[in-house]
Amino acid sequence: MLGVSLDQYGFLVQGAFWTVVLSLMGFVGGTIVGLPVALARISRGWFLCRASSAYVQFVQGIPLPVIMFVVYFGVSIYGFDVNALVAAAIAMTLYSSAYLGEIWKGCIQAVPKTQWEAGECLALTNLQRFIYIILPQALRIAVPPTVGFLVQIVKNTSYSVVIGFFDLTYSAKILNNATFKPFIIFTAAALIYFAICFPLSRYARRFELRLHRRNA
Amino acid sequence: MTVISMNTVHTPVAPQDGAQPMVSFRDVHKSFGALEVLKGIDLDVMPGQVAALIGRSGSGKSTALRCINGLEKINDGELTVCGRNLRARDFELRELRKEVGIVFQSYNLFPHLTVEQNVTLAPRKVNGLDAAESRALAAEVLEQVGLSDKASSYPEQLSGGQQQRVAIARSLAMRPKLMLFDEVTSALDPELTGEVLRVIGKLAAGGMTMVLVTHEMAFARQVADLVVYMHQGRVWEAGKGTMLDDPQTVELRQFVGSGL
Repeated sequence: MLGVSLDQYGFLVQGAFWTVVLSLMGFVGGTIVGLPVALARISRGWFLCRASSAYVQFVQGIPLPVIMFVVYFGVSIYGFDVNALVAAAIAMTLYSSAYLGEIWKGCIQAVPKTQWEAGECLALTNLQRFIYIILPQALRIAVPPTVGFLVQIVKNTSYSVVIGFFDLTYSAKILNNATFKPFIIFTAAALIYFAICFPLSRYARRFELRLHRRNA
Repeated sequence: MTVISMNTVHTPVAPQDGAQPMVSFRDVHKSFGALEVLKGIDLDVMPGQVAALIGRSGSGKSTALRCINGLEKINDGELTVCGRNLRARDFELRELRKEVGIVFQSYNLFPHLTVEQNVTLAPRKVNGLDAAESRALAAEVLEQVGLSDKASSYPEQLSGGQQQRVAIARSLAMRPKLMLFDEVTSALDPELTGEVLRVIGKLAAGGMTMVLVTHEMAFARQVADLVVYMHQGRVWEAGKGTMLDDPQTVELRQFVGSGL
């Protein structure tokens, strides 16, 4: 097909599989680290608040490929031999946790203060108010921006090409070296990325509209 | 001014000798930064009494009300509520909150919970009621506010008046000794005001101790044992509802005359 064999397209799909794997790892890792970051950002404790804010600013101030390099080469200096997948997953976790933490902090703060107050006046404890009143409302608010950020994660996994991780971008690069058909190959890669991301952004948009209608 | 017809007539409760006031302000001061909002309030509300705080915006009446359940901390003076000194070292805010219910102008219902869940959340989590007990409790308090058929509705499906009645039921479910109402009808259309005031009037007739901040002068006159006119952070004039017919001060005369 267009001078590229089916086997070669299959090679791209293999790369796409690892793109999805790395995205999921980045998202799960980002959630595990990002949720405590979000909670620390809204905490009244001076240290927690400052430390988490510093973490977010630090990570957001470094380009993702540089984070990839630091994790991949930096860790091996200390004698740990990390493979590209582990390094890329750690880097994606750092990156997405900083952004998700900030996104979720905003979602928690978007729940009106009067909701905390109403819970307080019913003698509920801080933790009870957070779990039963604030969190369920914040989760609803969080779905569209979180799914939207998932699209960013998927696209940004392509930076793992700098440390030689075999993902969709990397497989396209190899395939191009073998076939010298850059336009066809990279267009095919672009379409696959689009096929992964488009349903996500559509879903985020639909959910957002539904939320607005509910609140209207 | 909304004139409402009451199904029940409230008999004013005279303070009994020796009874402790449910709420007692003694020279209470409260400032927000440089702005002094309460400039020495003295006020007693006895068990079973209904006190209505009236006055212009900025007179300090809402602040005084919010001090009663500790939403605002007083800066000076003494405030005792349900026998608890709010400035005592061993004062437990949560214990006070179990005994004092408050209803806000903006209802503040939990939008993600049904009416029944709104009502039973605190009784279950704070007082440890089980599913059957809380269900029975919800049925009881929703009947009190006339919303038995709305238990499984969500707040957004209700009118403003209905939402406010749910908020009242939610407070009642904690079996408070004292109820506070902070301009609970100010956000409502006149036609919805009546249904909320009727519920409050019924509670008053049932002997509930209440402090309410209100702009409904006819209602205050009808239901309150004690009408308190606040002006510039002070209790300017206080007395029975009839005091509104014969104000002693120029300020109250102007306030009553302004048709509020």
